[in-house]
Amino acid sequence: MSEISINPGTLPAGPDIKPKLSRDDILMRGSMIVIALYLVATLVLPLYTMLSKSFSTYRMELSQYEFQVSDDAGQFDGTILSGDALNEQIGAFSGTELSTGSDGRLSVTELFPDFSFRSPVMYQIRNTSDTGRFLVGSTLQDDTDWVMLDSNEFRRVQLRPVQSRGLDNFVNYFSTPALFNSIKNSLWISVLSTIVTVTLAFWFAYALNRSCMRFKGVFRLIAMAPILVPSLLPGIALVYLFGNQGMIKELLFGASIYGPIGIVIGSVFFTFPHAFLIISTALAISDARLYEAAASLRSTPWRTFWTVTIPGARYGLISAAFVVFNLVITDFGLPKVIGGQFNVLAVDIYKQVIGQQNFEMGAVVSVVLVIPAILAFAIDRMVQSKQVALLSARSVPYQPTPNRKADRIFLAYCCLIGLFIVGLLAVCQFAALIKFWPYDLSLSLKNYDFNKMDGGGWGSYINSIKLALLTAVIGTSVVFFGAYLVEKSNGFRTGRSIFQMFAMLPMAIPGMVLGLSYIFFFNSPSNPLNGIYGTMAILVICTVTHFYTVSHLTAVTALKQMDREFESVSSSLKQPTMKLFARVTVPVCLPAVLDISIYLFVNAMTTVSAVVFLYSPKTTLASIAVLNMDDAGDIAPAAAMGMMIFYTNAAARIIHLIASKGILKRTQAWRGR
Amino acid sequence: MRHTTSLLTALAVGTLTATVAASETELTVYTAVEAEDLARYAETFNQSNPDIKINWVRDSTGIITAKLLAERDNPQADVVWGLAATSLLLLKSEGMLEPYAPAGVEELDVKFVDGDNPPAWVGMDAWVASVCYNTVEADKAGLTPPTSWKDLTDPMYKDQVIMPNPNSSGTGFLDVSSWLQMFGEDGGWEYMDALHENIARYTHSGSKPCKLAAAGEIPIGISFAFRGAKSKADGAPLEIIVPSEGVGWDMEATAIVAGTANLEAAQKLVDFTVTKEANEMYNTGYAVVAYPGVAKPVEHFPEGLLDAMIENDFEFAANNRAAILKEWQSRYDGKSEAK
Repeated sequence: MSEISINPGTLPAGPDIKPKLSRDDILMRGSMIVIALYLVATLVLPLYTMLSKSFSTYRMELSQYEFQVSDDAGQFDGTILSGDALNEQIGAFSGTELSTGSDGRLSVTELFPDFSFRSPVMYQIRNTSDTGRFLVGSTLQDDTDWVMLDSNEFRRVQLRPVQSRGLDNFVNYFSTPALFNSIKNSLWISVLSTIVTVTLAFWFAYALNRSCMRFKGVFRLIAMAPILVPSLLPGIALVYLFGNQGMIKELLFGASIYGPIGIVIGSVFFTFPHAFLIISTALAISDARLYEAAASLRSTPWRTFWTVTIPGARYGLISAAFVVFNLVITDFGLPKVIGGQFNVLAVDIYKQVIGQQNFEMGAVVSVVLVIPAILAFAIDRMVQSKQVALLSARSVPYQPTPNRKADRIFLAYCCLIGLFIVGLLAVCQFAALIKFWPYDLSLSLKNYDFNKMDGGGWGSYINSIKLALLTAVIGTSVVFFGAYLVEKSNGFRTGRSIFQMFAMLPMAIPGMVLGLSYIFFFNSPSNPLNGIYGTMAILVICTVTHFYTVSHLTAVTALKQMDREFESVSSSLKQPTMKLFARVTVPVCLPAVLDISIYLFVNAMTTVSAVVFLYSPKTTLASIAVLNMDDAGDIAPAAAMGMMIFYTNAAARIIHLIASKGILKRTQAWRGR
Repeated sequence: MRHTTSLLTALAVGTLTATVAASETELTVYTAVEAEDLARYAETFNQSNPDIKINWVRDSTGIITAKLLAERDNPQADVVWGLAATSLLLLKSEGMLEPYAPAGVEELDVKFVDGDNPPAWVGMDAWVASVCYNTVEADKAGLTPPTSWKDLTDPMYKDQVIMPNPNSSGTGFLDVSSWLQMFGEDGGWEYMDALHENIARYTHSGSKPCKLAAAGEIPIGISFAFRGAKSKADGAPLEIIVPSEGVGWDMEATAIVAGTANLEAAQKLVDFTVTKEANEMYNTGYAVVAYPGVAKPVEHFPEGLLDAMIENDFEFAANNRAAILKEWQSRYDGKSEAK
């Protein structure tokens, strides 16, 4: 459909022309709405439920109770006392003491200063409304009948709170130092890890892009290895290296690895590939003419570095910094394994929910954690939108020249980084094969006998592979189709930008927060989707949503490279868009489709944070098994399972490589011309 | 796309065929019993009740409790078999348990049966706190073995002790509640203040301190006897110490979930859980069981454990749980900066 341009100056105003929607347009808009609804149901609504949960509070409503007190002979004179009035008289409880959690109890005898459990005085108590609840011992009373008790029984009466709404949870959070200290801790280790990782990754990327050292391919492979393992695996390796029985614990000079040191070292390991990829892309593109100009102006290499290289890579550096910051602050597995007594926000959510069953406080910490995550994400997006093409048509690609001394230094540096990455993985594999560290160093496979450990056994490994395959297949279909619709449909501008916004949102939401919001949303009996709770389906949905953004961006980038003329041609040939999509778009974009599927596969294998609240005994996962085995103290089997995930992902990558070579040869032949 | 559909169809067909089962009663049973024991428990039960099929839902105590509380308005379980009594008291106070006196309950030690009539829950076995002491590492550090809880506050043990965090571990909570019961409210907190000085860190799970002691990560782990005996059987250089003041304990117990659609089958299961036969079955792992006279000594279990068990007030523990945990957190979690 071509656009008709109307020049109001030369033509009389005619009737408004409304382009008629073709069947294809309706189909595309319909599908787009369906996928948008999917994102609403799996992201927006759960997050909203969680937010409202954080305002859900529990209060002791003393006005809901009435009492009668007898004289010493056990005779009641009929005076009825309300709990509220009693408290006002005596001032037993202040307002803040009455706000509590869902599990709160209040001992009623505090309201009676004269109370003694030995006295012959009798008491009567009742609820004034149906919502009132109190316990005699452990027996729940929730009707409005009077209950008569002697003093010794009355001692055992506990009042229960009622649900209300308010800011009490947040007040509570910020008045508990143990909790809000975590904000400082989280920010501090995130900033430190970011600085260290970005610096190390920059020089690594610099060596690979701007020097003539050897073995670049090997180092590129090694640098990507940490992506294939769960973030808690480096933590386990660090225990074996620097723990109290560590192989090289002397290197820490008596400092403890359990705490910020361990978290930072581990974070550097698992965020390194992300930073390296982004910075490497930024350094790969550069204009040799700038360096020539610098050289002809007799600039020193140092000056050239600060005036040409760094400014050229600045967007990459900033972007890498925010990505790393976000990864560290939202990570849960690593601080759980090696954090010791060092509390961070993500672990607090877990402790509140799993340890204390305080779901409301978990929601509060989640809200607190979302704020820095969204900020970092927003800044990153802003910076990226400012990025302009550095490579114009007239640029000359920079070619590094050999420099023996520098190349040697770079090689040594890369070897150190490579040793760090390979070393941590090797330690895990080694530990997995040792019978009983450090007392029995003989080799054995007993740590692979997962069925004897808590955590789900080999079944959890099979489940993980199922999850990864389903996520890859379903996720890729949904994401790519959604990206196609948003990129190639006509008009409907508002709808498309809303969709775009929904697609970007998952990136800013930490996995823990997503998982917790799924409990609130899907576990509520009033939700018609309640049935998927505890099944593989919810794990797949959660994982697809969690990793939606990067997949979506990959798809959009690939689709942008395809001219919109394809759509015009197909519509003028009267071919349905879906046919075009299946026959042309998908085959042309096949490299991107394959990239998305391997990205989803690998992440589904390694993810911990989003699914830790959602797995059921029938759907335990390998990554969760690593966590649970470590939690139970079975550290060697945890390392063994972690390495199984590594090998599986490595194998998947290799298959992906071979498959894409074969398929690409057939579908991408046209690129060769 | 076609591949996706066929894959999904295959999956759907797979699940359908899997759910076609015989016309027997199925019970959904929530449990925190160790995974390796479950098959044995179900098998023994099915010998006398072949027409009832048990579908286990197993996880750690904290998670199963959280799950049950979360499902308060929409219970999924028929029976809870093998969950801490403190947790069952929480459920009872929510009105979630169906009181039932199983046939033969009068045979059990009264300590193991809920005080109400009919009881809301009946006990199975007890798990008891103990101290795991790694003799090899302790020698290296020049430590002498402690004999009491008070000994553990000796400055000699600075940073040599690990205990579970009561906020996430049931074992940690039973330690704390037993100290508060033994030493009194003020004495208990004073004791923990002193102990905190020696704690290297608090772990999330209750078995981890003992496993860390077994692996030599730390010389002393406050954990429970059952775990210590297992690690010792695996060859760890451990000594299991029963502190002289007495030790806290909690019991695993059974209850019917109110609102179950299979009440008759649930009652049959609970009837079975109190039999002598069932108690003999619990005895393989637990030295203390509810049926008097059944328990045979378990290998590597410390001596005198039974006598050291304190008079545990479960109601105190359950009703003060929230307040104790809050106090604990403000005292020790807030200070837990890196050392």
